[in-house]
Amino acid sequence: MTLMPQQPPPRTKPSLAVFKFASCDGCQLQLLDAQGKLLEIADRVQIDHFLEASSKVVPGPYDVGLVEGSISTAHDAERIREIRRQCRMLVTIGACATSGGIQALRNWGRIDDFLGAVYASPQYITTLATSTAIADHVPVDFELRGCPIDTHQLVELITALVLGRKPRVPGYAVCVECKARGTVCVAVAKGIPCLGPVTQAGCGAICPAHDRECFGCYGPAEAVNLVSLTGFYERRGTPREDLTRLVRSFNGYAPEFRAESDRLQEKGDIPGFHHE
Amino acid sequence: MSDPTIRTITVNALTRVEGEGSLRVRVVGERVEIAEFSIYEPPRFFEKLVQGRAIRELPDIVARICGICPVAYQMSACGALEQALGIVTTPGIEALRRVLYCGEWIQSHALHIHLLHAPDFLGHESGLSLAKVAPELVERGLRLKALGNRIMEVVGGRAVHPINVTVGGFYKAPDSAALRGLLPELEWGLAAAEEVVRETSRFEFPDFTREYECVCLKAEGEYPMNHGRVVSTGGLDIDVADYERHFQERQVSWSTALQSVMLPEEKPYLCGPMARLNLCFEQLPPRARAAAESSGLELPITNSFRSIVARGIEIVAACEEAIRLVQAAAAAPLAPCRVAFEPRDGVGCHATEAPRGILYHRYEIGADGLVKGAVIVPPTSQNQGQVEADLRDMLPGILDRGDEEVRHRCEHLIRNYDPCISCATHFLRLEIERA
Repeated sequence: MTLMPQQPPPRTKPSLAVFKFASCDGCQLQLLDAQGKLLEIADRVQIDHFLEASSKVVPGPYDVGLVEGSISTAHDAERIREIRRQCRMLVTIGACATSGGIQALRNWGRIDDFLGAVYASPQYITTLATSTAIADHVPVDFELRGCPIDTHQLVELITALVLGRKPRVPGYAVCVECKARGTVCVAVAKGIPCLGPVTQAGCGAICPAHDRECFGCYGPAEAVNLVSLTGFYERRGTPREDLTRLVRSFNGYAPEFRAESDRLQEKGDIPGFHHE
Repeated sequence: MSDPTIRTITVNALTRVEGEGSLRVRVVGERVEIAEFSIYEPPRFFEKLVQGRAIRELPDIVARICGICPVAYQMSACGALEQALGIVTTPGIEALRRVLYCGEWIQSHALHIHLLHAPDFLGHESGLSLAKVAPELVERGLRLKALGNRIMEVVGGRAVHPINVTVGGFYKAPDSAALRGLLPELEWGLAAAEEVVRETSRFEFPDFTREYECVCLKAEGEYPMNHGRVVSTGGLDIDVADYERHFQERQVSWSTALQSVMLPEEKPYLCGPMARLNLCFEQLPPRARAAAESSGLELPITNSFRSIVARGIEIVAACEEAIRLVQAAAAAPLAPCRVAFEPRDGVGCHATEAPRGILYHRYEIGADGLVKGAVIVPPTSQNQGQVEADLRDMLPGILDRGDEEVRHRCEHLIRNYDPCISCATHFLRLEIERA
């Protein structure tokens, strides 16, 4: 006779809520894909609030809140505070929630272009002059990068949450993924200005594998040197305006990328950096 | 005590739709005073923020308007920019663009049918709860969706926001072996989609019919996707270049999305799967036609609740088309994969058929290689007026029911249109009229 291990006491499933702010929906859509694991996930967590997927809406508090999208209205700035109060753990998913998204390009607009502009009927619309990351408004416990997020990373995140451990997400750069898949470097071999050396991995380095530049969907990697990289491309002949646009896109308002595109735009050199 | 002759029905946050919208209905006696399908997502001002960006960046940027139909935005943008640049792509490039678009239709329609819309017919709150009692139905939906995603990965490099699409063609020719590898699952998908048509056509449909002014693209010899003239049931037949002379967007107080009307009557109109089937049935490939005919679907479709069947038929068509085109593409690898361009001053417009209907883009570009201006009219802002007209028409017939039932029927009606609210909102234009 085999001794059966003692069953752990039944645990209640963690409750999950998904919230949308200014965004394209692509990140929460990844939850509906989840590499065919949606139904499995639905078995392991209790989905209490996911408007796109279900008419069942259970009031908070929730164990985990996944937040997609950026803050671009006063109403949303208030709503995220309430959501923070409702969620034991708050996780941002995607570039909009993590750095303000592509709509953060308006943060560089001339203020009167946006504020002084008169809509056909401006009284119906309220909008802030900026689009900003969730973490600029409330504390965030974990962020999943990407534009869109990667389904494998999402499944890893949810698995980790269910097991109560920290999600394993790489902090290294896209270059590592290129080397791992054997892609010839597009920056070195083809002279294409590529953000791979400064962008966090996670996508699988799909763009260089398609003979094009990485354009920074996953935002800045850990400890990156943007000045060195853009200086290299500039010395090789890429105009500063092109480099400014490259750095200022889907994660353009992430602090490291933002500082660099501002520096490039102002044509101001960093002290100690010799510009040829 | 409240006035018993006044009924107010509100849904503050619509569910099982893409994005954030609400509904407000006010009935006084028998009269529907207000029926507002309101979109309250914050605008993202895409038309403004693409100004000053490089032509080549546009397919990547406009994809971010919508995570469900990024290919539609990429295809309309490429078509319009290529026209402005004066370049013409090759038949091989156009064939692979159509394959990519088929992938998007398959995943978008499969998601809507199985996870968002079917629960309404089967009395469920979600596809997840439906999966508990009808797992094979939901699993089929997820597998079809995965098939669409896989097509987008092979041709587009990524399912959500493809990275392989560029002005002039593709960055890299899709791998022939990977293309061929799609065929077994596409064959399964074709049969599964026929089953979807059979199954959904047996659903019970609320008795609600009306005449629609349908608008879609129509092309010679193929079901409309990437090309065509703009046609309507009322006899409109125009080049896409004349689109803005016949359709106009306007702002309404209850929505951050613009609503589009047809000129000169300024009337609402219908676009999307029902409109396409009503106007382009003859262009359907054979198995899709056979599926439609054996389902007993009568044309023209005048009951929007039957749109779920129309989506199923379009999945059949998309699988059929993808099989034909993938076989040809795998046999003859794409070379060159893109047509080069030189920037010049120009204006170009193009429309394609997004899963939800016609998607119109117009761009003005400069010889400096930058975008000067953009106009984008998404399908949901075109359907928004029709949704409200439907609500007004349907409500008097169901006012004898309780609030909960009326509310649910209204939500169901809105879901008939598969509204994509993120798309609709993000075009609120900043008209600069200095005071």
